[in-house]
Amino acid sequence: MKDYEMVIGLEVHCELQTATKIFCGCSTKFGGAPNTHVCEVCSGMPGTLPTLNKKVVEFAVKAGLALNCDITRKNKFDRKNYFYPDLPKAYQISQLYFPICRNGHVDVKTSEGMKSIGIHEIHMEEDAGKLVHDPVTGMTMVDFNRCGVPLLEIVSEPDFRSAEEVIAYLTKLRDTMQYLGVSDCKMQEGSMRADVNLSVRPVGQKEFGTRTEMKNIASFKAIERAIEYERDRQIDLIEEGGTVVQETRRWDDEKEYTYAMRSKENAQDYKYFPDPDLMPLEISEEYIENIRANLPEFADAKRERYVSQFGLPEYDAEIITGATTLVDVFETATEMTDQPKDVSNWIMTDLLKLCKDNHVAAEDMEFDGKKLGAIINLVNEGKVNRKTGRQVLEKCFTEDIDPAEYIEKNGLAQVSDTSAIEPVIKQVLDENPKPVSEFLAGSEKNFQFLVGQSMRALRGKADPQAVRTVLTKLLDEMR
Amino acid sequence: MEITQDLVRYLEALGRIELSPEEEVKTQKDLADILGYIDKLGELDTAGVEPLSHAAGRTNITREDVVINGDMQEQVLSNAPETKDGTILVPRTFD
Repeated sequence: MKDYEMVIGLEVHCELQTATKIFCGCSTKFGGAPNTHVCEVCSGMPGTLPTLNKKVVEFAVKAGLALNCDITRKNKFDRKNYFYPDLPKAYQISQLYFPICRNGHVDVKTSEGMKSIGIHEIHMEEDAGKLVHDPVTGMTMVDFNRCGVPLLEIVSEPDFRSAEEVIAYLTKLRDTMQYLGVSDCKMQEGSMRADVNLSVRPVGQKEFGTRTEMKNIASFKAIERAIEYERDRQIDLIEEGGTVVQETRRWDDEKEYTYAMRSKENAQDYKYFPDPDLMPLEISEEYIENIRANLPEFADAKRERYVSQFGLPEYDAEIITGATTLVDVFETATEMTDQPKDVSNWIMTDLLKLCKDNHVAAEDMEFDGKKLGAIINLVNEGKVNRKTGRQVLEKCFTEDIDPAEYIEKNGLAQVSDTSAIEPVIKQVLDENPKPVSEFLAGSEKNFQFLVGQSMRALRGKADPQAVRTVLTKLLDEMR
Repeated sequence: MEITQDLVRYLEALGRIELSPEEEVKTQKDLADILGYIDKLGELDTAGVEPLSHAAGRTNITREDVVINGDMQEQVLSNAPETKDGTILVPRTFD
């Protein structure tokens, strides 16, 4: 058998985190009752006119600059015509002729080193509505809430040669969008969707093979599996003397195979033309430069800085910069405590464990870094020990409480006032005459036993250092 | 471009509509007339004329990203021939 290589290109749709839809003032909020975020514009009533949401342009330029694109100065919108009930106007407003961003690239890390992936273009468009099959009536139920939600479609060059490169790119795209605050890119909620165009060719062949397209695969894992399956299917087909048909295939993640959706015979013919309802959009150099100057620090730069400036281990820096929620917690708590390594340790050991125990992905976590900062300060000031600190963090993770108040209310503060703990320790010594006499006779290990007994008598609230000091003093007096 | 009967039928398929044989004939003629008119315009010498992107001559008509619409479910559904649980019911679309 010949050696084959894959050629893959991606079309990624990201739903933008704007408050309103791209062409009307309806809310973009996810999960409302059907057709409650819909007006005459996004339901396509005759005679209504779309007006472009400023924020969509800003987000598109941000994304384009972050992905090293040229920004198109004179933009237009075009109509993509197709007749399907998820689209009430019978056309989608998109950008065919003058997409807002072109000729970009992103550098991704793979096991074989860095690789540059070309971005062919990014365009602005509107999302379609949602269709649900109704088994009772045998009809289709249409909900237009999502109709008109702004999307960026990011079209890559056919630069991928492996599933690993695809996943690395998608991860980088997601991180970039999240750092920009442009899209939350949650695949499971559909705010990031990927179409995979894949073909195979014998190694060394210049021409591309015939490609198939796999649409809307719902997770990184599924994408990886779908790519491997489709590669094997195409190679087997060619090896058996068959030919690959250009078609759209759907990936069944449960049964792990792809099947043809629409065949080429009824390939879509969208009859694009410029949308006369929307005026051209001109973007000034000044506007672009202003956005460029205010781009945030991205994951790669942050990771390097966390290692060089704060001395975090590579691995910790990688995990923390992998989710903007963790970055927020880390930076807020570090600002408050000036103890980046401490903060990182708390995140890596305690916070991530809490995420796991509560079945929350780190990126979905809703936790205020100020609370972690407060807890770390309380521990470092000796107000509570680390164990209590961990309990307080656990409480803060699921409930909205103030750490200091909670410690106060529940009497969790540790006792470091020696005059307060001395009587208790004295009593411990009285109750343990044997260990005491053995210690005084030279058995050093009994000291640790007495520390333990004292901590227990103080119900764990005492500062261990204070306990040692008092114990040493009292024992010295007995010599 | 020649408007053939096949082309008219192809457009019907794309538009998900069905024309009667008489309508097909009429449509074929109308489309040919329209394209003929455009062809006539094409005879004009436009060398050196910058393409116009929009007849209105305005640019950058945008709005702020502020929610101004409330729940209009009732009005939206009032145009639908059939509804169920807040959704619009249409003929089955899944394979």
